[in-house]
Amino acid sequence: MKQNQWFDHVILILGALFMVIPIWLIFASSTHNPNTIISDGLQWWPGSNFLEVYGEVWDKSIGFSTDVNAKSMIINSMVMGLGFAIGKIIISMMAAYALVYFRMPFASLWFWLIFVTLLLPLEVRIIPSYEVVANLGMLNSFSGLILPLIASATATFFFRQFFRTIPNELLEAAQLDNAGPIRFFLDILLPLSKTMIAAIFIIMFVVGWNQYLWPIMMTTDESYNTIVMGVKQLLSDISQSSQPRYDQAFALVIFAMLPPILVVIIFQRWFVKGLVETEK
Amino acid sequence: MLALKNLVKTYENGHQAVKGVSVDIKQGEFIVLVGPSGCGKSSILRSIAGLESITGGEIELNHRRIDTEKPASRDIAMVFQNYALYPHMSVYDNLAYGLKNRGVDKATITSKIEKVAETLKIADYLDRKPAKLSGGQRQRVAMGRAIVRDPQLFLFDEPLSNLDASLRAHMRLEIKKLQRELGVTSVYVTHDQVEAMTLADRIIVLNQGEIEQIGTPSEVYHQPASTFVASFIGSPAMNFHQAEIKNGVIKFDQQSVFLAEYAHLPAQIIQLGIRPEHALLESVNTGLSFQLSVQAVEPLGPNQLVHGLVGDKIFTALTPELDFATQESLTFNVAKQHLHLFDEAGKRLLADTNVLAQAS
Repeated sequence: MKQNQWFDHVILILGALFMVIPIWLIFASSTHNPNTIISDGLQWWPGSNFLEVYGEVWDKSIGFSTDVNAKSMIINSMVMGLGFAIGKIIISMMAAYALVYFRMPFASLWFWLIFVTLLLPLEVRIIPSYEVVANLGMLNSFSGLILPLIASATATFFFRQFFRTIPNELLEAAQLDNAGPIRFFLDILLPLSKTMIAAIFIIMFVVGWNQYLWPIMMTTDESYNTIVMGVKQLLSDISQSSQPRYDQAFALVIFAMLPPILVVIIFQRWFVKGLVETEK
Repeated sequence: MLALKNLVKTYENGHQAVKGVSVDIKQGEFIVLVGPSGCGKSSILRSIAGLESITGGEIELNHRRIDTEKPASRDIAMVFQNYALYPHMSVYDNLAYGLKNRGVDKATITSKIEKVAETLKIADYLDRKPAKLSGGQRQRVAMGRAIVRDPQLFLFDEPLSNLDASLRAHMRLEIKKLQRELGVTSVYVTHDQVEAMTLADRIIVLNQGEIEQIGTPSEVYHQPASTFVASFIGSPAMNFHQAEIKNGVIKFDQQSVFLAEYAHLPAQIIQLGIRPEHALLESVNTGLSFQLSVQAVEPLGPNQLVHGLVGDKIFTALTPELDFATQESLTFNVAKQHLHLFDEAGKRLLADTNVLAQAS
């Protein structure tokens, strides 16, 4: 028994190190002088350039024609991630509410129609999607970036399954308490879905944050660049440059990672707290 | 006060759950709907509440037709089997929710809740969430939510079935006291005949969507209208044995007894019903005697159940604690007023009341 636990821990620690070491290497290297990285390779211990490099990446334009820096790209990514997550939660909650609580003709047919869209990921339908966005004149705009992707079969499915576990008596009690459909949704369903919302928010925010192909297709204006696009841009700059700024590239990668990590940490707490508090 | 007129409920799959039920319920009465599962009792209750639409008939509350109105405007409150408390709201908010949605102002809500909390002794945990309450406390809160609205009618849907046995007996008594105190007309659904007997002013026994009998607990127990009612009410269940009647003479197990009050009945095969507690070892004035050969004895504490054969059919009797050997032959006596006669279809055969009146 003891032996086993020890062995389990070794596996877990090895797994964790496998994930964390590259990130640590990137972080440690980013705080060194670029020449150190070029001559000595990746660094294991932090150097002395931390404030300098990160400050520069945050404020100053790096390899772009216009004034695009980490700050503006993070703001763009934030808008994308938040718009994605919040929009998807709103739309899919309403869809699931309709599917579960309203007697629609062919309700299960609608549900399966929504569900089969999972078979058509974004990459498959990106050309027609582009066509639609272009025809609507929404290229190079946040609404064009967010709105076309706001419907989510996954989230609708999760909310539908969750609503079905809520006892029907709650709806009946609410009916007797003079709560109409909107009140029931806002007063009963929404608070009960807190944990579910937190879980979906985590997933969808990260998905939105990590979008690469979609913003590249939909925006040509550099001011709409997201940070994931920025990383790529910086990497291609490096390959052409005689004096590659690896330190800045690494710092940008760290910046790109931070917000999703924060979202997971913050919402995970809420998520676990909700799970412990609600009685099933 | 509450009138059901020829209520019919047919589900979408074609199952007819309620087949024309009519009943008049008086102001302040405590009515218990009882029957086995699938008898339509819950369908009737949910139809009154408006949680299910009815297929035919009318429901009137205080001379106001309510079956066309939405649940919230019917002026009724319901206590659910699993309490259906809103898990994310405190007890106070649970009680307040219905009032808030009806536009009652805050001060009135507070004073009403305080009053109800005092009656139900839940004042100490008004700010707790339902998850932090015990089963009995949740039960009280669920009742509080019904009471605080001050409705014309209470509906109870098997509210005690989630509680353990001792708490159930306790809450049963509390519900009864509370209902008497508030004087609100109540309809209570249960499958438990003990709850039905103890709580009801009148019991409605249902079988397959139809009323078998409406009566006070004592009527239902002493004059069951059919073998169904007789076997459903009373525990252990009534014994039924085939017998013959001719000119008032009942022949059973090679014994016969003449009962003048049944002399008007034509000669026929009958089902003779005898409750276990009415089969006595000591002799009775006028009545029926028969032999029982003991097969098994189940001690209950204060008394015991004796299972045995009369002729070749099982008979169960309730006797004081005595030692009986298996195969022992015992003589049981049943007084004539405790003999229940049913025709072959299971309907009660009525005694001639004139004869009974002369005799007394």
